Amino acid sequence: MSAEHAHHEETFFQKYIFSMDHKMIAKQFLITGIIMAFIGMALSLFFRLQIAWPEESFPILESFLGGWAPDGQLDPNMYLGLVTIHGTIMVFFVLTAGLSGTFSNLLIPLQIGARDMASAFMNMLSYWMFFVSSVIMVASLFIESGPASAGWTIYPPLSALPQAISGSGLGMNLWLISMALFVASSTIGALNYIVTILNLRTKGMSMSRLPLTMWAFLVTAVIGVLSFPVLFSAVLLLIFDRSFGTSFYLSDILIGGEVLGFEGGSPVLFEHLFWFLGHPEVYIVLLPALGLSSEIISTNARKPIFGYKAMIGSIVGIAFLSFIVWAHHMFISGMSPFLGSVFTFTTLLIAIPSAVKAFNYLTTLWKGNLQMTPAMMFSIGLVSAFVTGGLTGLILGDSTLDINVHDTYFVVGHFHIVMGLSAVFGMMAGVYHWFPKMFGRMLNKQLGYLHFWLTIICAYGVFFPMHYLGLAALPRRYYSNSAFPMFDDLVEINEVITVFAIIGGLAQFIFLFNFFYSIFKGSRSGKNPWRANSLEWTTPEERIHGNWPGEIPEVHRWPYDYSKPGKNGEYVIPGQDFVPQTVPAQDGEEMH
Amino acid sequence: MMNFLLIAVLIIAVVAIAQVLRLMELSSKIGGEDVNQVTNKDNDKQGRNLLIFGILFILAFFYQTYRWGGLALPVAASEHGVGYDNLMNVTMGIIIFVFLITMPLLFWFSYKYRGVNGRKATFFSHNNKLELIWTVIPAVALTVLITYGMSLWNEIMFPEDPKSSLQIEVYAKQFDWTVRYSGKDNKLGQANVRYVGGQNITGVISKSSSKARVAELTEELMSAKKTATTHKNAIKVRKAQDEMERLTKKIDLVKAIELQTTVDDLAIAEDDIIVKELHLPVGRRVQLNFRSQDIIHSAYLPHFRVQMNCVPGAKTSFTFVPSKTTEEMKTITENDEFEYVLMCNKICGAAHYNMQLKVVVESQEDYDKWMSEQKSLTASL
Repeated sequence: MSAEHAHHEETFFQKYIFSMDHKMIAKQFLITGIIMAFIGMALSLFFRLQIAWPEESFPILESFLGGWAPDGQLDPNMYLGLVTIHGTIMVFFVLTAGLSGTFSNLLIPLQIGARDMASAFMNMLSYWMFFVSSVIMVASLFIESGPASAGWTIYPPLSALPQAISGSGLGMNLWLISMALFVASSTIGALNYIVTILNLRTKGMSMSRLPLTMWAFLVTAVIGVLSFPVLFSAVLLLIFDRSFGTSFYLSDILIGGEVLGFEGGSPVLFEHLFWFLGHPEVYIVLLPALGLSSEIISTNARKPIFGYKAMIGSIVGIAFLSFIVWAHHMFISGMSPFLGSVFTFTTLLIAIPSAVKAFNYLTTLWKGNLQMTPAMMFSIGLVSAFVTGGLTGLILGDSTLDINVHDTYFVVGHFHIVMGLSAVFGMMAGVYHWFPKMFGRMLNKQLGYLHFWLTIICAYGVFFPMHYLGLAALPRRYYSNSAFPMFDDLVEINEVITVFAIIGGLAQFIFLFNFFYSIFKGSRSGKNPWRANSLEWTTPEERIHGNWPGEIPEVHRWPYDYSKPGKNGEYVIPGQDFVPQTVPAQDGEEMH
Repeated sequence: MMNFLLIAVLIIAVVAIAQVLRLMELSSKIGGEDVNQVTNKDNDKQGRNLLIFGILFILAFFYQTYRWGGLALPVAASEHGVGYDNLMNVTMGIIIFVFLITMPLLFWFSYKYRGVNGRKATFFSHNNKLELIWTVIPAVALTVLITYGMSLWNEIMFPEDPKSSLQIEVYAKQFDWTVRYSGKDNKLGQANVRYVGGQNITGVISKSSSKARVAELTEELMSAKKTATTHKNAIKVRKAQDEMERLTKKIDLVKAIELQTTVDDLAIAEDDIIVKELHLPVGRRVQLNFRSQDIIHSAYLPHFRVQMNCVPGAKTSFTFVPSKTTEEMKTITENDEFEYVLMCNKICGAAHYNMQLKVVVESQEDYDKWMSEQKSLTASL
């Protein structure tokens, strides 16, 4: 598509609703993701109130949940519903679609030097399927029998039998339909990303000159294409079991006084299928965040990212390993203990590429000239969370140690820090950094700092203490901890967590305000506000359809030539500490 | 009215903040620089903040450990639990060590190298030696952990001759647990959900339980037959006839299952004992065999470092040796009310949070005495 071709008049619908411009689709993903994030966060605050003060009555619960919280007391079925939908929304709708959908769409064409995605129409389709899927998921909160309540992992038979929990009726049907659409959306999207990155790179943009964001998005998309269809088949078989009387997952069940006619199925099969997506999903969430922060840290440290090739190697290594570790979620599921050994081995191997990444980030900061933009702060927060949360994985990934901390709050603390916080920080960093490329304006800096500090303090205040709950054997997903005297002493920790959660939740409104304020009133950003090298900062401020007004620029170098020494103790370009990718090699310059 | 006022106040607040920001940004424009670009002052301030945060973060870790570390589980009450705790401590030690190296580095670098206008960053793009170091060191540490963990795992999961352990079944359903002891022969009989009824909570298949089950179903069949023949309402009659058909099928199935079960299996089930408490003799190896009637549950015995899922349609088990009696644990924890407990740790519905079973570990004599007071299923049918 040429630039002229893209210049015809667009109606409002073509421009803002059914847009085929990747930059607009990215904004659509982002804003939908933000809305879903606020919904998911609100749900978590509702159940945190219940966990901290199970005896208290909260009128606010009744005003939001109505009959599910009579007299301000949360219903146990709805508690499980909230937990389930919170998890589903956060993992899939916010951290998969909201993160990957936003930044893959925005950055892939801009950073590789393409006019748009390989298939702009499929791209639009991907967003609208995601949108419909979001609507269905949120709608399921409002039906009479309640939303899906079997946990975000929806293990059958609980998720298959409405007799076991009311949420497994219509609520579960909606969950399954919504997820089927979601899988279709992300598979279409991922195929598009792969094809675009592989085929539409501009002249000179070899694979070894791609920014790390592109590598991260490419590998993420490959993981998605290989694993999401497996979730789809798991969902499909579950639909068959629920509606057409097959027995893939069910066998020998007596419930509600009746023996059901299922024979020969195994719920463990579902666990295998689910986690074959479920574990790679962790990296679908994490890798884009790591990619974004690699770019941001390098730019703001005014230094090349340390160990570019090792970073690519570790992304690919993590991706490969992520496919052979799924059963570490199932050490005590009743599968063969021999498999436990195998999966412990592969799981702990992931620590090696992860350690490489962490140390490379540290070395990138070392002797840098750190520009403390809000995006940089969030990226530093990401490194902190990635290391802190990743370390406890050594305990959970060890089949032996997993025996006693499996499904306790130790797990909740672990994955919220390593996957939740890292990815959220990465996403936030991305928004602060690339907001100028989306709206031509800057987010307010001071509000950004305030947002960062409240967020990181509250986030650690919420998730760090959970490890102590887990070491005291407190199981997750308990509606109340008062049924066991051994948990009486844990009340204090739970109250602390909830207080931090409420403050942290409120702090997000600062971001919300900043976001919408700055879209309209923020200060103009100019073309390249962060003095960055990569290609997206060579596009004009007006963000036109087709990205570059004339020819697409040619690329002559990798994107990390920050503070590169040139002749006579000067930089390569005298007086400027960065060398954009479009600048040809200078006389006598040693290229990467 | 209150709500309306609240919303009005919120809107005014938002507008006010927006105006203040606008003013700030406009005034900086006059000064000729963009208020949203970072300055040396920002770098200074935020770099320092990051350092302070890093220090507080580490201090908070120590404070939490001091304040809440004592809430962790008491010493393991099983033989393998001692090894488990050792491995946990070693791993935890490594984790804390790495945590205490990386976090200070991260926040120190953030402070030390905070930006100054015009200062040159060091162009340092790779160093194979360094990268090799931090690939190899984690690899070595992990090799140790993996080897250590796997040997313990194999010890726990592949006990020698598990059938010689005391055979006990733990049976899960929404939302309670039932325990079946294997009686004198130390062999658990077969079971099937179609046998569940009356006293036979876990669906044990024996000659007598089969008879009782058939009798129970036959009684229901008779009452349905009575309705079908005497009732005037045609719909009720139709329903009763359907019910009769179903009951007949059920009876046939129960009989068929009995026929499929070997004579030996039928015989060993006769002395099985069904109770609602789990009593374990101290120092004796037990094999807990788990089954579930409806959905997945997880039997979690945290004090023994034992956990296993209970899966409908499948059998799972966990073998271990309880090493401390309830009384001993009361002394160790300095808590007179200490009780062992088995709890459900897999989301299973509304009352999941209260699905528990009392567990008692006692001397062999006390255990024998308690056992002698229990009636076998056959006797209670």
